[in-house]
Amino acid sequence: MSSLVTPKRIPKFYRGNAACPGCPIPKELDVLLEVLGNKTVLVVPASCTTIIMGDTSGMPSTVPVIHSAFGAPAAIASGIVRALRTRGDKDVIVTVWAGDGSTGDIGFASLSGAAERNEDILYVCYDNEAYMNTGIQRSSLTPKGAWTTTTPEGKREFKKPLPFIIAEHKVPYVATASIAYIYDYEAKVRKAKQIRGFKYLHLLSPCPPGWRFDSKFTIDIAKLAVETGVWPLFEIENGEFRLTSVSKTLLDKKNRKPVTEYLKLQGRFKQLTEEEIKGIQEEIDEMWEEIKKLIKK
Amino acid sequence: MQVLKRKTLALVGNHAVAYAVKQSKPQVLAVFPITPQTTMLEKISEYIASEELKAELIKVESEHSALASIYGAALAGARVFTATSSQGLLYMTEMIYWAGGQRIPIVAAVATRAIAEPWSIWDDHQDFLSKRDAIWVQMMAENVQEAYDMTIQAFRISEDERVILPVMMGFDGFILTHTMERIEVLEDGEVDNFLPPRQFNLIDFSDPIGVGPIATPEDYIKYRYEAMKAMVRAKGVIEEVMNEYERISGRKQNGLVECYKCEDAKYVFVTMGAWSGDGKVAVDRLRNAGIEAGLLKIRVFRPFPKEKIEEYLRSMKGVIVLDRAYSYGSGGILANEIKATLYGYRVPVYSVIAGIGGKDVRPRHFQKVIEDLINDNLEEERWLL
Repeated sequence: MSSLVTPKRIPKFYRGNAACPGCPIPKELDVLLEVLGNKTVLVVPASCTTIIMGDTSGMPSTVPVIHSAFGAPAAIASGIVRALRTRGDKDVIVTVWAGDGSTGDIGFASLSGAAERNEDILYVCYDNEAYMNTGIQRSSLTPKGAWTTTTPEGKREFKKPLPFIIAEHKVPYVATASIAYIYDYEAKVRKAKQIRGFKYLHLLSPCPPGWRFDSKFTIDIAKLAVETGVWPLFEIENGEFRLTSVSKTLLDKKNRKPVTEYLKLQGRFKQLTEEEIKGIQEEIDEMWEEIKKLIKK
Repeated sequence: MQVLKRKTLALVGNHAVAYAVKQSKPQVLAVFPITPQTTMLEKISEYIASEELKAELIKVESEHSALASIYGAALAGARVFTATSSQGLLYMTEMIYWAGGQRIPIVAAVATRAIAEPWSIWDDHQDFLSKRDAIWVQMMAENVQEAYDMTIQAFRISEDERVILPVMMGFDGFILTHTMERIEVLEDGEVDNFLPPRQFNLIDFSDPIGVGPIATPEDYIKYRYEAMKAMVRAKGVIEEVMNEYERISGRKQNGLVECYKCEDAKYVFVTMGAWSGDGKVAVDRLRNAGIEAGLLKIRVFRPFPKEKIEEYLRSMKGVIVLDRAYSYGSGGILANEIKATLYGYRVPVYSVIAGIGGKDVRPRHFQKVIEDLINDNLEEERWLL
């Protein structure tokens, strides 16, 4: 079965990379590459991972890495997969590994274009909910109420609902994941690997410096995001919506932890008033009512 | 030289380039429409749909993605092609620099066109010349025949192991893209011999590398130094490729610059692109009037053929550089390059800015400026309004 629990497993993504303490990205990449295997090409737009991947003197990745301009990863991946197809390399998994700014903002057109063309690529958005590599500026995926350096009063707008937007492109596979639920994440990568066409995986990646929490809490916060219902784990396979892992038990509101438990561990939400927290709780509850409707279909 | 009788076709410029592309057998192409390039990509789409050209065609959502997608395809080992114009070239600009900086073999055709604002669909060279520092080989065709020839040559130059640079083939929007001319084409097999399969692939699973990582200041400048040296080597390779093409095709290719009656001339026009033809007509008329005129046509703009230009122009009594593009606050772009090349020689260089945004230019305009020069009545910079 999974080799993740085997202590002597050789990491696919090496230690000694340039990630911040507590950053989940190296582990997320390690799991990804473990499942996808060595015939994977990573396309990485400007993001924290650009730094984590090292400089011209070497890189921690065990597979080829193609660095990409900020707005271009889905297009570059499209070209790579088409070229490999003409060369007869049909078993290579071309994977975009992009942050939320590239995915939801500057690269959104190329993402949407590749999804609409149903390119045979896996697009993974590791979402740390702001432009962290440049120092915590808001993105369209920053949640409402969160402090960033460009929203010192707390962001006023909603988080762009990217998994649903991509699903509206009628692609074969869309899923969400969390580093705290590693088997769920791994299973989704495994499923995506088997599917031809455009696959989109949205991975919540807590960021200690950006979210203002002690680096030892990364997994706790990733877990609380799921348990409070802020980050539902689901997959949409050929249009069919399905909750996965513990999120299946959260349709009943009383099984969901109050959102304050998620918010209070993070400095980025500390300026929120009781009233605002109540509003966030209401929005989560409303989202779950919508999810109920999706399941009934 | 024994040369076969060539197949002759009547083609508009866009279709001539599409035909050359088909014969060059790229494996991945990306298309996004923009006037006046559009009919080229329509023709390419037809070739692919009918399987006359067996290739992957990526129908992207923007020019930025057009160049990004073939950038990815090229580094994964495919021969690639795209085309654009004007605003599209500007929208590609970020990826233009990526392709140049990373030195990826790519061929792009640019149907030159004025840049907004205000909107203009007509020809000038402002788009093409704005990419002069992006580490691309840049060639400019005079007529439909040259656009066809240069397209095939561009793949060879781009993929030559001494060069490994992207190549931009410019040809004047509408003036060439939409004008039908009689051209001679190579046989498919001759192009196959001239263009062997590509030997380039940066994706290797047994020895994975990171393409385009962050470079330290110590490394970055070395990358740029290597790019500079590749450009220097490109001059020789371009001449070599064009000479070989000349042998195959039986058509004179002229290398980096073409000298039209300039060896014994006292006054010379320097031109680039389609109006070189009008310039040659003007030269003939001036010669008939007893004026020793000539014309030097820049066929390759990057790398800039300084040595050749110096050789031809250093003893002229007057040089008139015609520019279809301008560096605002500085001067005509080609004129500035020529002045820099002739630094140290006592050759008067005059800059004439004309044809901006498609403004009509005819042989009589050429004649007028040279007559003014001879009558000591030409200012250092003149705009033909």
